[in-house]
Amino acid sequence: METTTPQLWILPALPLLGAAINGFFGKRQSRAFIGGVACSTVGLAFLYAVYLFFTAGVGDTPRIDYIAPWISAGSFHADFSLYLDPLSMLMTLVVTGVGFLIHVYATEYMAHEDGFYRFFCYLNLFMFFMLTLVLAGNYLLLFVGWEGVGLCSYLLIGFYYLKQSAIIAGKKAFVVNRIGDFGFTLAMLLIIGTAGSLDYGTVFKAFQNAPVENGVGAVTIICLLLMMGACGKSAQVPLYVWLPDAMEGPTPVSALIHAATMVTAGVYMVARSSHLFVKSPVAMEVVAVIGCITCIFAATIGLVQTDIKRVLAYSTVSQLGYMFLGCGVGAFSAGVFHLMTHAFFKALLFLGAGSVITAMHHEQEMGAMGGLRKKIPTTFMTMLLACLAISGIPPFAGFFSKDEILWSAWHNGHPWLWLGGSITAGMTAFYMFRLLFLTFFGEPRSDHAQHAHESPSTMTVPLICLAVLSVIGGWIGVPKALGGSAHFEHFLEPSLARVPVEFSAYARASGSDPIDIPRPNPEPAEPEEPGAERLFSLIAVVIGASGIGLAYYAYVVKPETGQKLSAQFHGAYRVLLNKYYVDELYEVLFLKSTTAVSREVLWHAVDETVIDGAANGVGSTARAMGGFARLMQSGFIRSYAAWVLFGAVGALFYMILQWAK
Amino acid sequence: MIPVSWYLILSAVLFVLGVAGFLIKRNVITVFMSIELMLNAVNLSFVAFGYMLGDYNAHIFVFFVMVVAAAEAAVGLAIIMLMYHNRKSLNVDDIELLKF
Repeated sequence: METTTPQLWILPALPLLGAAINGFFGKRQSRAFIGGVACSTVGLAFLYAVYLFFTAGVGDTPRIDYIAPWISAGSFHADFSLYLDPLSMLMTLVVTGVGFLIHVYATEYMAHEDGFYRFFCYLNLFMFFMLTLVLAGNYLLLFVGWEGVGLCSYLLIGFYYLKQSAIIAGKKAFVVNRIGDFGFTLAMLLIIGTAGSLDYGTVFKAFQNAPVENGVGAVTIICLLLMMGACGKSAQVPLYVWLPDAMEGPTPVSALIHAATMVTAGVYMVARSSHLFVKSPVAMEVVAVIGCITCIFAATIGLVQTDIKRVLAYSTVSQLGYMFLGCGVGAFSAGVFHLMTHAFFKALLFLGAGSVITAMHHEQEMGAMGGLRKKIPTTFMTMLLACLAISGIPPFAGFFSKDEILWSAWHNGHPWLWLGGSITAGMTAFYMFRLLFLTFFGEPRSDHAQHAHESPSTMTVPLICLAVLSVIGGWIGVPKALGGSAHFEHFLEPSLARVPVEFSAYARASGSDPIDIPRPNPEPAEPEEPGAERLFSLIAVVIGASGIGLAYYAYVVKPETGQKLSAQFHGAYRVLLNKYYVDELYEVLFLKSTTAVSREVLWHAVDETVIDGAANGVGSTARAMGGFARLMQSGFIRSYAAWVLFGAVGALFYMILQWAK
Repeated sequence: MIPVSWYLILSAVLFVLGVAGFLIKRNVITVFMSIELMLNAVNLSFVAFGYMLGDYNAHIFVFFVMVVAAAEAAVGLAIIMLMYHNRKSLNVDDIELLKF
């Protein structure tokens, strides 16, 4: 193993440079220059990441690039240090690779928008923060990136700052994220309290030696608070509400931030903290259940949405749920694997949707589309591949990652979660192909659809690249049971913790003392069950295929079926269309009650009566006394003289009295 | 030899006359003269005490008072001139803007 430290700081520095150039000087530059700067910095970062991948020897020991001291208070230290291990290497490659393609796409998509330089400045700034997030060497630096990407997300959702709904959506995203961040902050404080440090190395070592926690203790609380942060950032129940609204941003932003990279930060963080999570069965269970609930919940909403980007948004929420489900059942590598494949096909779906929206002159309602297959064939073909990938049809990327998550759920003793995930897989296939059929099949349902044109090659080439990745991206992680060698899992092994062997047995029969033996690398006790695993893969494929078949029947063979169904199950349809009224519920529960308390108690009672009362009371008291005293100031000189006389006489009397004593 | 008390009584009478004039009269010139009267009443008691105690500092004080009174007369008369110029009146009760 080589000893030189890789110059990791170059990775985030490149997009930061691009953001600075575009932000400070971009206003007067040509669009070609701005786009060139933005794309080339991210492209160079990607090339450098590839170079590192082949040369840096990413292996068992993480490579740490120490840049500068940051905080040093007593025994606590946090430094600017970057951390390269298989997990962050993978994330860096995905972020820069997918990010580069989306940057290229955006130069065309945004070509006629105002604020071109502002857009690319934000986008590059986002890349900087995202790379800081994934490469950070301690939780505090991760948090810096975490907040930074949140800021960029806010700025880019509200990019069309004259549009009221976009402004509101941006604010909503920011506020909901803050709720999660609150948990994350508390978790960091607890980690400092427990491990005395926030450096990954120290923290992981401290927790690796800790026993598996029986019930709810410090580790569980830390993990649950971390999960709270992840829920906010990765749009999980109950904090998912901001992501669908975030679709107000430009489509490349939705693809980059709200599908491929930023929203997966929560999954990354949970996987990064796997050494903590494996010590707490309760927290793992919570992660898995939240993931499962989210994936079913969002998928059902996705079934009936009519806005093409909203379907994808709910699909993103649902797929993120899968990733947490994977992490929660102990298959961290499967969760991260799905993160990667999802980044490919969901970015592709969003970019394809962007291409459709461009062709449709900014119409997003699927009701106005239809028959676009012939008009925009490249977009259609790439989106078809992406739909197949997300539906879990072999040999496309989504099949391998989703299959692995579901298999792990079953295999690690969570049949209910497996069932939830499988049902969701069917629904996923259904709504994705519903989208595909409504958009590309049938007759054109509007003038725009009639006269749609294919996007230029700056947009279609990234689509094709992502389509290729969506097809082959899963092949690096083919499980052993299907004749592969699980490269992906082995690659990530040094970064991720294994669920202790005693864990599942212990979780079932709680009460017995956990076996407290540190195991650096316990081999999985599972016997290889290629037969069972193959069977489950087959089930998953059958479910996916039947979802597609159902969609084909309902939207191509008998296009009126959808309306018949919605009429028949009117109540359920309305509930789904209105997203389970969750926004309204939150509105009543949190917004209305908070504003009511703020207005009635804090404003009218506390502020107006107590605080204003005190402040005004001081003033009005002084005023009243002054009002009395000022009457002496009559303006008549002779009355002043009389006062002086009074005073003098009074003084004289006093002196006489004193003298008389 | 006239006793000191007589001087003091005269001084007191003059002072009271000055005060009374100040309070009763409305004509600003009369008011002004009343002030001069009060000053000179005080001067008289100064000189009387100084004579009684054989202390000539009292005389110096009196000179100071006279000098200041002369300066004050100059300024005061100028103010009265301007007042008459602006208001066409010498009534002190007409100058009552500076009040609550």
